[in-house]
Amino acid sequence: MTATQTSAPTAANASASAITATGLRKSYGDKLVLDGIDLDIAEGTVFALLGPNGAGKTTTVEILSTLIDADAGEAWVAGRHLTRAADAVRSAIGVTGQFSAVDNLLTAEENLLLMADLHHLDRREGKRRAKDLLRRFDLSEVAGKTAVTFSGGMRRKLDLAMTLVGDPRIIFLDEPTTGLDPRSRRTMWEIIRELVADDGVTIFLTTQYLEEADQLADRIAVLDHGRLIAEGTADELKRRIPGGHIRVRFADARALDTAAGIFGIATRDEDSLTLQIPSDGSIPNLRAILYTLESTAVQAESLTVHTPDLDDVFLTLTGRPRPAHTVASPKENA
Amino acid sequence: MATMSYAARDSRTMLRRNLKKALRYPSLTVTVVAMPLVMLLLFNYVFGSALGTGISGLPTGSGDYIDYLAPGIILMAATSGALTTAISVCVDKTEGIVNRFRTMPISRASFLTGHVVGSVIQTMTSVTLVIGVALLMGFRPSATPVEWFAAIGLLILLTLALTWLSAGIGLVAKNVETASNIPMPLTFLPFVGSAIVPTEAMPTGLRWFAEYQPFTPIIETLRGLWLGTEIGSSAVIGLAWCVALSLVGYVWARRTFRTGAKR
Repeated sequence: MTATQTSAPTAANASASAITATGLRKSYGDKLVLDGIDLDIAEGTVFALLGPNGAGKTTTVEILSTLIDADAGEAWVAGRHLTRAADAVRSAIGVTGQFSAVDNLLTAEENLLLMADLHHLDRREGKRRAKDLLRRFDLSEVAGKTAVTFSGGMRRKLDLAMTLVGDPRIIFLDEPTTGLDPRSRRTMWEIIRELVADDGVTIFLTTQYLEEADQLADRIAVLDHGRLIAEGTADELKRRIPGGHIRVRFADARALDTAAGIFGIATRDEDSLTLQIPSDGSIPNLRAILYTLESTAVQAESLTVHTPDLDDVFLTLTGRPRPAHTVASPKENA
Repeated sequence: MATMSYAARDSRTMLRRNLKKALRYPSLTVTVVAMPLVMLLLFNYVFGSALGTGISGLPTGSGDYIDYLAPGIILMAATSGALTTAISVCVDKTEGIVNRFRTMPISRASFLTGHVVGSVIQTMTSVTLVIGVALLMGFRPSATPVEWFAAIGLLILLTLALTWLSAGIGLVAKNVETASNIPMPLTFLPFVGSAIVPTEAMPTGLRWFAEYQPFTPIIETLRGLWLGTEIGSSAVIGLAWCVALSLVGYVWARRTFRTGAKR
């Protein structure tokens, strides 16, 4: 970062943004991990950084959470300059990394009280918050058990609870559900939604699960080989992708023939008696198709709307199939 | 200044965490104390009479081998205790909790300070135990209270130096196994010094090494303080080693913590 820059630690234009970054670059040796990342994340929103293993997601989180320095670029988090006011940034953020950072040999409650002590809360306030969080995350019953006995889902919950002790305004969640079973994943999603709804926090989430980004995020950025290749809402991203269509099924081959004659651009499938009509899935478009069918008195049996999902988005944007939905292989010891 | 009081408060929090774990899971501590105790028993009772006879004119008060042996073994208790810091620091690192601390607005020094102070307390407890057993076995120091004070002070200084070094090792080690193996040679270094037998008994090359390695002057100083043997320049050289190692370890560990150990 340039030393000549004189902007104050608090950026004037960052008032409505929780996180802004320009041109973040990072390489390890000759391996380029981040190749110029720009971000602008509004307060109180969920932002998802979506990408396969090795895309640079964790590195981005590590830079924005003050763990490592970027080689180039600048960022403001919670209105504070990332490197010039690192401690101010740290008091505004909470980080839950990919591998739960809990103290295995302490109990759930002791872990939370440790965080309370480190946030300089007085004993009573610390105890109160620990109790609240244990209840909120459904961990009250195991409050006195050491974390080493916990299941993956419980550890993640404890990890997130520890992050919340400091009442952060911005929370980084690095692959919060990787390796969790479907039920724990649902629970985690619920928790994340509540955080935004109840506390108004900003969430920076990384994930390799397209469904997760779709479910949780207000905005999604797709990261591939250290570059952002697309950004927008889930719907915006889907709209950029060709392949949306309406599928109409007919009672017999004659009706299919007639309809195919009317919708010249449609593709027909004789075996299933269906006609696939390109469409963006919007209501006016749908209405027009129904109107045409009705005016020509062709009987349609059924109709389904297909919008492209994020899997299609990923395939189209990266030219490669989406990353497998399998459990991410743990990295070698960090 | 608020920063200073937070630094002290955070360090105390970290120290409490480490001591709580050490008390709850004493196995590592027990192993660390057991090693020098076994050596003490082994060298005194099994090899003692042979070694004692071999060392012509023991340079100690009573002439008993235990008087020659005890200072060396007590030093080894300090060494091996200090070096376990690498393991506990590395466990924290691999569990990811170090990175959690690094993203929190806490004193940068507190994590390592907590580990180092905790380790010094644990090590000095085990040193006390070893001294106690040595006394029971017939170790008869002629030291005045001031000399005792100086001897313990020197041991604390040595422990501090090795603990900081060890903390740095814990931060850079890839995994806990490595963290436990890297300091291993240091544990055995006192053997290749004057801990068990005088360096005069060694072949020239080895003797040269034994006389110039850091542990020998420290052992000779301890021996001098406890038993009244000749200290000479050993005290200054021993102290210099301790201070130099402390500084190197401290600066290195702090730096590694700040920049984050490479993966």
